[in-house]
Amino acid sequence: MYLNPKIEQRVVQAILWVFTLATVFILFFIIFYILHKGLPVLSYNFLTTNPLDMGKSGGIYSTIIGTIALTIMSLLIATPLGVGTAIYLTEYTRESRITRVIRFGSECLSGIPSIIFGLFGFILFVTKLKMGWSILSGGLTLAFMLLPTIIRTSEEAIKSVPYNLHEVSYSLGSTQWQTVTKVVLPSALPGILTGVILSVGRSVGETAAVIFTAGSALRMPTSLFSSSRTMAVHFFILAREGISMPNAYGTAAVLIITILIINIIAYRLMHKFIKKYS
Amino acid sequence: MTRLERNERLIKIALFVIACSAVSILAVITIFIFSEGTPIMFKYGLRSFLLGLDWYPSEQSFGLLPMIIGSVMVTFGSLLVGVPFGLACAIFLTEFSSRRLRHILKPIIELLAGIPSVVYGFIGVVILVPFIRETLGGPGLSVLAASIILGIMILPTIISISIDSLQAVPRSYREGSIALGATKWQTTKMVILPAAKSGIIASIILGMGRAIGETMAVIMIAGNAINIPRSVLDPVRTLTSNIALEMGYASGEHRQALFATGVILFIIIMILNTIANATSVKGKAAK
Amino acid sequence: MSDRIIQTDNFSHYFGAIQTLKNINLEVRRNEILGIIGPAGSGKSTFLRALNRLNDLTYGSRIEGTIKIDGQDIYAPGTSIVELRRKLGMVFATPIPLPRSIYENVAFGAKMAGIKSKSELNELVTDCLVKTTLFEEVKDRLDSSATKLSGGQQQRLCIARILALKPEFILLDEPCSGLDPISTMKIEESLRQLKNEYTIILVTNNTKQAARVADRTAFFLNGELIEIGQTEKIFTTPADQRTNDYISGRFG
Repeated sequence: MYLNPKIEQRVVQAILWVFTLATVFILFFIIFYILHKGLPVLSYNFLTTNPLDMGKSGGIYSTIIGTIALTIMSLLIATPLGVGTAIYLTEYTRESRITRVIRFGSECLSGIPSIIFGLFGFILFVTKLKMGWSILSGGLTLAFMLLPTIIRTSEEAIKSVPYNLHEVSYSLGSTQWQTVTKVVLPSALPGILTGVILSVGRSVGETAAVIFTAGSALRMPTSLFSSSRTMAVHFFILAREGISMPNAYGTAAVLIITILIINIIAYRLMHKFIKKYS
Repeated sequence: MTRLERNERLIKIALFVIACSAVSILAVITIFIFSEGTPIMFKYGLRSFLLGLDWYPSEQSFGLLPMIIGSVMVTFGSLLVGVPFGLACAIFLTEFSSRRLRHILKPIIELLAGIPSVVYGFIGVVILVPFIRETLGGPGLSVLAASIILGIMILPTIISISIDSLQAVPRSYREGSIALGATKWQTTKMVILPAAKSGIIASIILGMGRAIGETMAVIMIAGNAINIPRSVLDPVRTLTSNIALEMGYASGEHRQALFATGVILFIIIMILNTIANATSVKGKAAK
Repeated sequence: MSDRIIQTDNFSHYFGAIQTLKNINLEVRRNEILGIIGPAGSGKSTFLRALNRLNDLTYGSRIEGTIKIDGQDIYAPGTSIVELRRKLGMVFATPIPLPRSIYENVAFGAKMAGIKSKSELNELVTDCLVKTTLFEEVKDRLDSSATKLSGGQQQRLCIARILALKPEFILLDEPCSGLDPISTMKIEESLRQLKNEYTIILVTNNTKQAARVADRTAFFLNGELIEIGQTEKIFTTPADQRTNDYISGRFG
C-alpha cells in the first residue's frame, strides 16, 4: 500500500500522540485512583497512631517511622560509598581497564532484581551474621541496591563541573582533595542531591528487598536491631491478605504523596543544576 | 612536600577502596547466591531443575520449568505492551513534540518510574484483574494481567534510554534529510531510527531485565499457580514469585532450591545486562 | 642573591608525541615585567603553565631540561607543587571566579593554606582588594556572589585572589583578551604598581600591550624562543626577521 508521505506523516503523528497521551493517562489514572480512594482515610490520627489488630484498625505511625529509619540507614551507607566512587572515577583516575571494571560492576549491580538483593540480605545479614530481621540488615541490603544510582548520578554531576574551575583551584595552591571538597563537590551538590533524593524514593517504595531483611514487625522500632515494617511492606500485606482495604488505600495514598513530593524536589533541583551549567 | 600533599596518597588509596565497593558487593552477592544455590542443583541434576515439571519441595521434587516458562511468557507479554508504547512516547517526545510540551511531558512520564511496584500490583488487582475476569473469562489473575502491568512498569526504562539514544543522533542527520525534502516521519524512519538502533535495542533489553526481575507486582496479579499456562488467561508463577512466596517459611533443601531459582534468575539477568552493555557500547563506537 | 630568579635550561615540553616547547633558555629578573608575545599556538601559554606546573594536570604532559626558581629545580622529585603554585599566582585569560562570594574568592588561597584566623583573613581580603583598586567598588557587598561582578571587576578580583597568596610572581595569561579598553587600562595600571612588589610575567597576543607595560619582551614562535631583550629594542630594532614580521603585523 502506498501512502502519500504527507498523509503518512499525519497518520503516524496522530498514532504517536495517542500512545503518548495514553501513557500519561495511565499515570494520572493510577495517581488519582489511589488518591481518590485513599485521601478520605487520611487523617492526623491515621498518621500518628500505631496500627492495631494487624493493621485492621489504627494508623500507620510505626510504619512511617520504620520507613524513615530504613531510608536514613541505607542512605548513610550508600551516599559516602557512591559519592566516593564517583569522585575516584572522575577526579582521581583516567579511563582505564580499572574504571571500566568498576563501571561495569556498578551497571550489573543496578540490573540485579530486588528479590535477589532480598535473598542475599536474608542469608548474609539476617542469618549468617545473625543481625536478624532488623533495620540494620534492611538498611545494608537497600544501600547495596541504591549504590549504582548514586554512583551514576554523582558521576554525571561531577563531570558537569567546568574544568577551568579545577585549574583555578589548583593554581591557587589547593591540593587535589581540597579542590574536590571545596570547589567540585559544592558545585556538583544539586546534581548529587538529585540522585540521593531519587534514591529516597526508591527505598520508600521498595518491598521485595526489604520484607526479607527488615522483616514485617508492626511494633515501633527501638534500635537498629529491631525488626520494622515499612509503609510499602505494610501496604503489600494489607492488600494481599485483605486485612483492611480502607487502610490499604490510605497507606497507598501516603506512599504516592511521598513519591510525588520526592520527584518534584528532585526535578526542581535538577533544573536548577542544569540552568547553572548550560 | 607539605603535610596535605603527603596525605593525598592516602586519600587516593581510600577512594580507590571505596570505588571497589560496587564491584565487591556484586562479587559477594554472586558468590553467596551461587554457593547457596548450586550444590542442590548438582545434587539432583541440572536437567531435573531446568526441565522438571513438578515443584513439590516437601517431596524433593524441584522442577522449575513451569516458572521458567512463566517468566518468559510474562516478560515477552510485557514487551508486547511496553515496546510499542515506549517507543511511541520516545519518538513523539524527541521528534514530534514542541520543546514546551516535551518539558512538561518528560518529567511526568519519568514519574512512572517512581511509583512503587506494590502500587502497580494493587492497581492490577483492583482494576485490571476483575476487568479481565468479567470480559474475557478465566480467573483474571493471569499472564495477560501480569503482562499489561509489567508492560507499564518497564515503560520508563524503555522511554528514557530510547530518548537518550534518539537525542544522541547528530542534528546534521536530521537537517540533511529534511533539506532533501523528506517529511519528519520519513526522516525519523529512514535516518534517525537506524542511527539510534543500538540504543533502542539496549533499552528494550534492559526493560526485559526489569520485567523478569519484578516480583511484588507479579505476585499480586499473576495467580502464582505452578503449571504451564495454556492461554494468556491462565494464572502463572514466575521465578521471582517462586522465591518471594516461599522464602518466608522454607528451610533445608527447600530453601536451597529457592536459591537455585535465584541462580537461574541471576544468570538470565547477567546475560541480558551483558548484551545490553555490548549493544550500547557498539552503538557508541559506531558513531 | 642573584638577580635572575627564574632560569630555564634547555627546557622542552611535550603533550604526548607533540613537542610544544623546544629548548627554551631564558631568565626572569626580580621585579620586572616580562612580556611574552607570539601568535596562537606558539607555546607562550604552555611555557607560563610550565612555570607553576599546571601542565601536569593534563595527561601526557612531559618535560626535558630544567626550570630553576630561586635556584631550586621545580620539577625535582619531592617538590611541593602546592607551595610552588602559591609562589606563582596565575591569572587566566577569562576571569573565572569560583562560584562563591567575593570575600570567599579572595580568601580561598589563604584558607587552603590553613589560615583560619578571622581577623587575619579580613585584613588580607581588604588589603588585596585595595591593591587592585576594587575595594571601593565592592566593599558593601563582599558577601554577594563574585559571578555578579562585571568582566573587568572579575579579572581584578582574580588578581586580588592571587595577591592573597602572597606570591613572588604573578603569571598572567592574556588577562585582557576579553575586556574592553577601559578595563584593560585599569589592569595595566595596577600591573605597573604591582611591579614594585612582585615579578610579573605577562603573556599577551596584543603586542601593543607588551610594548606599553613590559620591561623586557620575549618572542615565541612554534614552541621556540626566537628572541628576548629590552622591550624597546625588540620593538624598534629586533635581531630576528621573524620578530620584525610579527610585531609589524605581517602574521599572527
